[in-house]
Amino acid sequence: MILSAGDLQAVILTLELALVVTAILFVAGTPIAWWLARTKSRWKGPVGAVVALPLVLPPSVLGFYLLLAMGPNGPVGHLTNALGVDPLPFTFEGLVLASVFYSLPFMVQPLQNAFEAIGDRPLEAAATLRASPLNAFFTVALPLALPGFLTAGVLTFAHTVGEFGVVLMIGGNIPGITRVASVQIYDHVEALEYGEAHSLAAVMLIFSFLVLLTVYAWRPGAKKA
Amino acid sequence: MKTIQTLLLIVCCLAASLAHAEKIVIAAASDLKFALDEIAAEFRQIRPDDTIEIVYGSSGKFFTQIQQDAPYDLYFSADIAFPEKLAKAGFAASEVKPYAVGRIVLWSAQMDASKLTLKNLTDSSITRIAIANPKHAPYGKRAEEALRSTGIWAAVETKLVYGENIAHTAQFVQTGNAQIGIIALSLALNPELAKLGDHYLIPDTLHEPLAQGYIITKRAADNILAERFAAYVDSKPAREVMTRYGFTLPAKDR
Repeated sequence: MILSAGDLQAVILTLELALVVTAILFVAGTPIAWWLARTKSRWKGPVGAVVALPLVLPPSVLGFYLLLAMGPNGPVGHLTNALGVDPLPFTFEGLVLASVFYSLPFMVQPLQNAFEAIGDRPLEAAATLRASPLNAFFTVALPLALPGFLTAGVLTFAHTVGEFGVVLMIGGNIPGITRVASVQIYDHVEALEYGEAHSLAAVMLIFSFLVLLTVYAWRPGAKKA
Repeated sequence: MKTIQTLLLIVCCLAASLAHAEKIVIAAASDLKFALDEIAAEFRQIRPDDTIEIVYGSSGKFFTQIQQDAPYDLYFSADIAFPEKLAKAGFAASEVKPYAVGRIVLWSAQMDASKLTLKNLTDSSITRIAIANPKHAPYGKRAEEALRSTGIWAAVETKLVYGENIAHTAQFVQTGNAQIGIIALSLALNPELAKLGDHYLIPDTLHEPLAQGYIITKRAADNILAERFAAYVDSKPAREVMTRYGFTLPAKDR
């Protein structure tokens, strides 16, 4: 199976996007998940709900709001304008920002579960050994939550790869910048190029299966260890 | 057992009565959004008991879906080539009827497009130009042709952003995310869009004609309502609506 240059470009762009988004979410999602797992604040419920919103919201809702927000008359648009940078719609950076929102629950929720599973005792033990909270996080919580990090990372990556609606609404379908694999497949189907659509769709199918296989095969192993 | 039989009977009766209250679903190119909505509203006033539902989208997508037996009774395509292919493949219950010729315009919500021409698109102050995807959207194909015959395709290609269909393209411009775009005249003439900015009519000598056509699909072969609606689209009031939205109409009584 040979992909055309355009298809290959779309696949590489998709992987780039997913990598950048996963990296950003590791940094941004970990403190949120940690806070959600440990806090007794009355804000836990509302924050948790906001984080989970992209799970239930149609991508069209998110795409619509982002398009308006990032546009020249929206709050983000005003900000980018004031900073003298290009408006975000139709740019790779815009896709990254949108995907960070869209994939947020896929990072935060597995991490939150992993942190909650650790419980208080290992951290209390660390505290009695005079470990600072930060120290305890890096030396105790982080290693214990490692399987959770793997799951969160893989799911975030895979979910960003599978993104379609939001990208279609704010991307503008520019080759090499916002034309990701899912949009490319859609274009092939619309243009009645079923052969090309099949090749690229098969690549995506196999990729997604392998990713999920990794997660599901790895988890029981982690428990045995 | 008896209750199940009764239930089945009720379901059958319901289904039969539903079939009697006539209903059609129309798949229409998104350039028809405002014009066909008006035509359908007028038709509903004449026949209030019937149900007419219209789905707007890209002509290419509907073409694919109808080949997979999508439940559309009428198909209004922005490119007559699609219904012609369907008719050839046996998916049509009527001949292919041309209903209009579309036009493309330059439209912006930020500047007065009526004072511009295509050549202005190379201006460095314009960084984002929205057109429909030329790969599968008829209006996008014509936009590309117009840009190519003006000799500015290479100069503007990097500024282009592509809408999924012509309504999506207009939305990029309407929200200000693209400063200017090439959209359907029928959309630019809608009051909602017209109040945001004027348009420049792109000469139709620069591109192939946007010949549009419709068919009644195979599944609606015996659907009287589909035929009635098709006939209504060719009536005087409907033709007036189409003309008001900037469509050039085929001569009556061809």
